[in-house]
Amino acid sequence: MTDLSVDLGFLRLKNPVLAASGTFGYGLEFEPFLELERLGGFVVKGLYYGPREGNPPPRLVETPSGLINAIGLQGIGVAAFAEKILPRLRSLKTAVIVNVCGASEEEYVRVVEFLDGCEGIAAYELNISCPNVQKDGACPAFSPEATAAIVREVKRAGRRPVITKLSPNVTSVVEIALAAQEAGTDAVALVNTFLAMAIDVETRRPKLGNVLGGLSGPAIRPIAVRMVWQVASRLKVPVIGVGGIRTGTDALEFLIAGARAVQVGTANLVDPDACLRVLAGLEDYCRRHGIGRLEEIVGTVKT
Amino acid sequence: MLKNPEAKIVGREAWGDYVLLRFEAPTISALARPGQFLMVRVADGPYPLLRRPLGIHLRKDKALGVFFKIAGEGTALLARKRPGETLDVLGPLGNGFSVDPCLAGKAVFAVGGGRGIAPLYFLAWELRALGAAVKILYGGRTKDDVPLAARFRDEAFDQVLTTDDGSAGREGFVTAALEEEAGKAAPAMIFACGPDPMLEAVGRIAAARDIPAELSLESRMGCGFGACWGCVQRVRVDGKPAWVKICEDGPVFPAEAVVWDKDAR
Ligand SMILES: Cc1cc2nc3c(=O)[nH]c(=O)nc-3n(C[C@H](O)[C@H](O)[C@H](O)COP(=O)(O)OP(=O)(O)OC[C@H]3O[C@@H](n4cnc5c(N)ncnc54)[C@H](O)[C@@H]3O)c2cc1C
Ligand SMILES: Cc1cc2nc3c(=O)[nH]c(=O)nc-3n(C[C@H](O)[C@H](O)[C@H](O)COP(=O)(O)O)c2cc1C
Ligand code: FES
Repeated sequence: MTDLSVDLGFLRLKNPVLAASGTFGYGLEFEPFLELERLGGFVVKGLYYGPREGNPPPRLVETPSGLINAIGLQGIGVAAFAEKILPRLRSLKTAVIVNVCGASEEEYVRVVEFLDGCEGIAAYELNISCPNVQKDGACPAFSPEATAAIVREVKRAGRRPVITKLSPNVTSVVEIALAAQEAGTDAVALVNTFLAMAIDVETRRPKLGNVLGGLSGPAIRPIAVRMVWQVASRLKVPVIGVGGIRTGTDALEFLIAGARAVQVGTANLVDPDACLRVLAGLEDYCRRHGIGRLEEIVGTVKT
Repeated sequence: MLKNPEAKIVGREAWGDYVLLRFEAPTISALARPGQFLMVRVADGPYPLLRRPLGIHLRKDKALGVFFKIAGEGTALLARKRPGETLDVLGPLGNGFSVDPCLAGKAVFAVGGGRGIAPLYFLAWELRALGAAVKILYGGRTKDDVPLAARFRDEAFDQVLTTDDGSAGREGFVTAALEEEAGKAAPAMIFACGPDPMLEAVGRIAAARDIPAELSLESRMGCGFGACWGCVQRVRVDGKPAWVKICEDGPVFPAEAVVWDKDAR
C-alpha cells in the first residue's frame, strides 16, 4: 500500500487531490458520482458575506482545450452556507476548505469572522484572484501590498489556517507569493484563471456577457506548472498546484515541480469523478516506480 | 443521475444536418422522463473539452435516443459516431415536462422549432400513453429542417407542419399556426421547445388565452448538474427575477416564470 498522504504543516491530507473552488459546487452536487471521503479534500464555491447575483449570460465559452468563464461569483452568502450546506459537510472525513471572497479588506474579515463561529471547516482559501468581478479583471492579487494587507488582516482576525490563491495575470507571481508568505499565509494555491476574451466574428460581439473571463482547463496547464515551479523554488510555505489537471500524470507534473497538493478544477465539470481518476493515476505511478510514500516526490524535478 | 461511459450505439439515422443516435443505457433509461437531457462527450481527449447537452429524444426498451442538429465542431464529431461504437453519457439531468395524469383525455399541444423538436417526440409518446390527445406543431426554416415530420405522420400523430419558406407544410412561423390552432380549440396545456424568439411568442400566445404552458430553455452548459453556475437564465423565483440554473431548476419552466424583457431583468 502506498502512503498517499501529504502534510501541509497546518493540515494533513489523506491524499494530495483536492477539488478546486467554483468547479465543485458546494460538494453535495457530486455525491451521486463519488464518495467525497475519497478526496484529500475539496474547496467549496467562493463565498461573499451576502448572496450575490453574478454576471449576465453567456457566462461560458469553450476554446481549444479550455473554458473561459465569467460566472461572477454568484452565490448564497455565508449565512445560508452555514445553515443549509455546512451541517451536511461536517460529518465527512475529508478536508472542507472554504473559498473566501470580498469586495474589500473588511469583507474578507467579516466572512472569516462569521465562519470562525462554525465548525467543520479545515482552512480558508482567500480568493484574491478572481478575474470576473472588477473592471478589467483587476484583483488584489495584482499587488504585493494589497495581497499582504488582506492576508495580514485575515490572519489577525481568524483562527484557521489560510491558503492564499494567487492570480497568474501578473508580471512576477513569485513577488506576490513572497508578499503573501511575509504577511503570514500558511500556504499558497496557484493558479486562478487567466484573463481571456473570445469574439463571435459573425456578430463582432464578445462571446461572454461580461466581455472578459477567466481561462481554465488543459490549455493553461504548462503555464501553471511553470509558475508553481518558480514559486515553490522560492517559498517556505507549501504550494498547492492548480491548472488543467485531468489525470494522474498531470497532477504528478505539479507535485514534481514542487506542489505539495493539487486541485482539480474544470475536469470535474466534464467528469464528475475526475478526482478519482487522478487518484488512481497517482496510485498506479507509485506502484510502477516502487514509491512507498508519494510525498517523497514533491519538488524532485531534476533541473 | 448516473454516468455511463460506454453506452453502446445500436442505431443511427441521418437527414442532412440532423442525426439520431440510439444507444443502450439501461439504468439511465429506467429513470428518464420527457424534457430531461443528457450531457454527452463528443471526443475522448481534452478537445473538445466539455460535454454537450442533448435532450432525450426517445426511449424504447432499454435504449435511449438523441436527435441533434450539427451546430458546430462538437455535434459534427458526434455525427460521425456509428453503431458498435460507444457513447459517454451523463444523465438523466434536469426536471422535465409535467406529464400529469390529469391530462388524460385532454387535448395538448407540443410545439417544436427546428432541433427543439428533439425532446417533444419522447414527450408525445408518454402523453399518448397517458391517454392525452397530442397535437404536434412542428416548424422549421425549410423542408430540410423538419426531418421528423414523416415519422410523426406515420405514427399517426395529429400534426401541423410549417416552414418559413413554405417548402413543406404551411408557410410561416410555427407560432402563427399555434395562434390559429389555439383559436380554433384551446388545448389544456402547451409544451414547447425551440429558439428563444419562438418560446417567447408561445408564452405570449398561451398567456393571452390563459392556457398553461411549459417551455424548455437552452443555455451554454459547463457541467449540466448544478456545479458551475454557468447556465443561468432570467427566471422569476417567488415573483422576483433571478439568475436561475437551467440544468438543475430547468430546462423546463412554466412560461410565466421566464423573463424575456431585457429591461425587466
Ligand atoms: C438542455 C439542452 C438540451 C439540448 N438539446 C438539444 C437537442 O436535443 N438537440 C440539439 O440538436 N441540440 C440541443 N441542444 C443544443 C446543443 O447542446 C448545442 O447545439 C451544442 O452544444 C452545440 O455544440 P457544438 O460543439 O456542435 O457547437 P459549438 O461550436 O459549441 O457552437 C455552435 C453554436 O451553438 C451555440 N451553442 C453552443 N452550445 C450551446 C448550448 N449548450 N445551447 C445552445 N446553443 C449552444 C453556440 O453559441 C454556437 O453558435 C440542447 C441544449 C441544451 C442546453
Ligand atoms: C466555472 C468556474 C468557477 C470558478 N470559481 C472560482 C471561485 O469561486 N473561486 C476561486 O478561487 N476560483 C474559482 N475558479 C478557478 C478554479 O478554482 C481554478 O483555479 C482554475 O479553474 C484553474 O484550474 P483548472 O484548469 O483545473 O480548472 C473557477 C473556475 C471555473 C472554471
Ligand atoms: S451547467 Fe453547470 S450549473 Fe448548470
